[in-house]
Amino acid sequence: MNPVNYLYLAALLFTIGAAGVLIRRNAIVVFMCIELMLNACNLAFVVFARMHGNLDGQIIAFFTMVVAAAEVVVGLAIIVSIFRTRHTASVDDASLMKL
Amino acid sequence: MENLIALLVAAPLVGAALLLCGGKRLDRAGHWIGTLLAVASFAVAAVLFADMLGKAAGHRALHQHLFSWIPVGGFRADVAFQLDQLSMTFVLLITGVGSLIHIYSIGYMEHDERRRRFFGYLNLFLAAMLLLVLADNYLLLYVGWEGVGLASYLLIGFWQHKPSAATAAKKAFLVNRVGDIGLSIAIMVMFTTFGTFAFGPVLAATGDTGEGRLTAIGLMLLLAACGKSAQVPLQSWLGDAMEGPTPVSALIHAATMVTAGVYLITRSGAIFNAAPTAQLAVVVVGAVTLLFGAIVGCAKDDIKKALAGSTMSQIGYMILAAGLGPIGYAFAIMHLVTHGFFKAGLFLGAGSVMHGMNDEVDMRRYGGLRSYMPITFVTFGLGYLAIIGFPGLSGFFSKDKIIEAAFAKGGAEGWILGAAALLGAAITAFYMTRVMLMTFFGEKRWNPAEVHPHESPKSMTIPMIVLAVGSVFAGGLFSIDDAFVTWLEPVTSFAHGNSPVSATAVTAATIVVLLAGVGVAWLKYGRKPVPVAAPRGSVLTRAARRDLLQDDFNHIVFVRGGEQLTRTLVQLDHSLVDGAVNGTAASMGGLSGLLRRLQTGFVRSYAVQMLGGAAVLVAATLLMRSV
Repeated sequence: MNPVNYLYLAALLFTIGAAGVLIRRNAIVVFMCIELMLNACNLAFVVFARMHGNLDGQIIAFFTMVVAAAEVVVGLAIIVSIFRTRHTASVDDASLMKL
Repeated sequence: MENLIALLVAAPLVGAALLLCGGKRLDRAGHWIGTLLAVASFAVAAVLFADMLGKAAGHRALHQHLFSWIPVGGFRADVAFQLDQLSMTFVLLITGVGSLIHIYSIGYMEHDERRRRFFGYLNLFLAAMLLLVLADNYLLLYVGWEGVGLASYLLIGFWQHKPSAATAAKKAFLVNRVGDIGLSIAIMVMFTTFGTFAFGPVLAATGDTGEGRLTAIGLMLLLAACGKSAQVPLQSWLGDAMEGPTPVSALIHAATMVTAGVYLITRSGAIFNAAPTAQLAVVVVGAVTLLFGAIVGCAKDDIKKALAGSTMSQIGYMILAAGLGPIGYAFAIMHLVTHGFFKAGLFLGAGSVMHGMNDEVDMRRYGGLRSYMPITFVTFGLGYLAIIGFPGLSGFFSKDKIIEAAFAKGGAEGWILGAAALLGAAITAFYMTRVMLMTFFGEKRWNPAEVHPHESPKSMTIPMIVLAVGSVFAGGLFSIDDAFVTWLEPVTSFAHGNSPVSATAVTAATIVVLLAGVGVAWLKYGRKPVPVAAPRGSVLTRAARRDLLQDDFNHIVFVRGGEQLTRTLVQLDHSLVDGAVNGTAASMGGLSGLLRRLQTGFVRSYAVQMLGGAAVLVAATLLMRSV
């Protein structure tokens, strides 16, 4: 099968993720969309690794997974604490820093 | 012998330090210490004078190098003294009259609780004045110049509890500063032109220096002389300076300090000789001032202010003579010395009168005092005859010579200057006769129940007698075989002028105008009683009472003008400088206000911006690749 199709898939997943981040208000959903974008990138990396015949892309995919895992831990903690204090998970409401 | 020169300055300087730092324990002996050190300085001067007389005319100058003051690379300022005939004349006058006035002050300041301080200041003045005339370079002269200014300030404001005295002191100081700036600029120009400011090299190098430079130096020196010697246009401080104790007026504002300008011009003679424009300015200043002072002297009812006007006028004569060049220098100094005698004597006499009249200074409240104060009357009278130039007395010889020299200037200038000098002589005779008549003659205009005129103590009368003797004989003595001119000639050089009028005619004219002045004064103040309340008087009289509107002029031109200038500058500062600063700040503020709008607080719009930014970066990267 032509590896370029996987790239199309990755682009599609990324677009869905990006659209989700931009459109959805719920912080959890936004978060999931970010994960979707990250994984779309991972897919692209793996495909490129396959296409070029070396392991660089796969190594970077692993890095991304590690970073994403760490990010999920911190991000979820923030979302939970915001939800506890403000009883909402809407990203539009978290604008206290605005002048 | 030359090692003695420093002693001249050191003695009064030590006195000043002792008296001003010694504290209360010296209160009882302070005036004796001060007087003793002044007399000691005079004694040293007398020894040096005797030594100088024993030498040949060309080898009389002594030089003493004390130490190098500021040796920096090519710049060298020394503390070194030069004692030649000109300095010697001044030293004798300063220490001699100074000593007499110290003695006089013992009696005059007897009841003043700050007498010790007064003598300290007097000693400080003597030291500074001696430094001024003994310095061998302009920078050291400047030190003395500022020193006498300081002493003058302290002594005019000695009774500082009187607001008028404090103000007068400040005024004198400020006006003097204007002149001092002239001297400092002159010294700077001198340094850039000649590379030194020692008298010897500077005065020797005038021959091969551009006239423009010399004119600049000359005019700046003239400005300095105007400030210190109360010449037009910097004359306004002298009248107010009479707020000081009378001995101060006699010593500083009549006999010595105010003549420093004449010294400066005579000392710098070589510069003025080579700069005719500056010289012309000097004679104009002299001629204008001699009339200005005389007119002011005619209208004043305050005896000391009348004498102050007279001082201004007499110094005008000296400046005029000094501006005439080699035909006048010697006579300027001769008049300076005789004036030192008779004017100091007149001031001491005025002080003696005030002493006996409960410090009254208004001559309209005097009258008929000759029988109450015989010694004061006789000494004051002799000083009076000397100043108006009564034949045979000091003033006659010196003033006559100046008038003659003025005519000898030649051309229309000579006639104008000569006429001004003659007119001045007539007015001098008028106002001095007026002072004399109002004070010692006529009916009593004081209340015998309140005032008890009495003769002053011996400590006061003896100096007056000595000065009166000087006023009578000095001029005649100096004129025997032209002794004074011969004495000064090696320093100031001397040239006989070609007067279009013969000496006899000038003398005759002087005597005629003298008699006219005295006659008019007698008609106005001797024949009929003097009213106690001053009459309104003519426009000129009223103007003269206000010192010919000098203060009004200064107020309108300099005070108002200065205020206007500062106001304009403040406005400029507000609009231009502050405008630029504030404008920058405001535009930055506005710009950041605009930028702030980007900060919406919506996370999703930030996300869009990030996405857009990333897209732009990618696009840019691709674009760069393809190019």
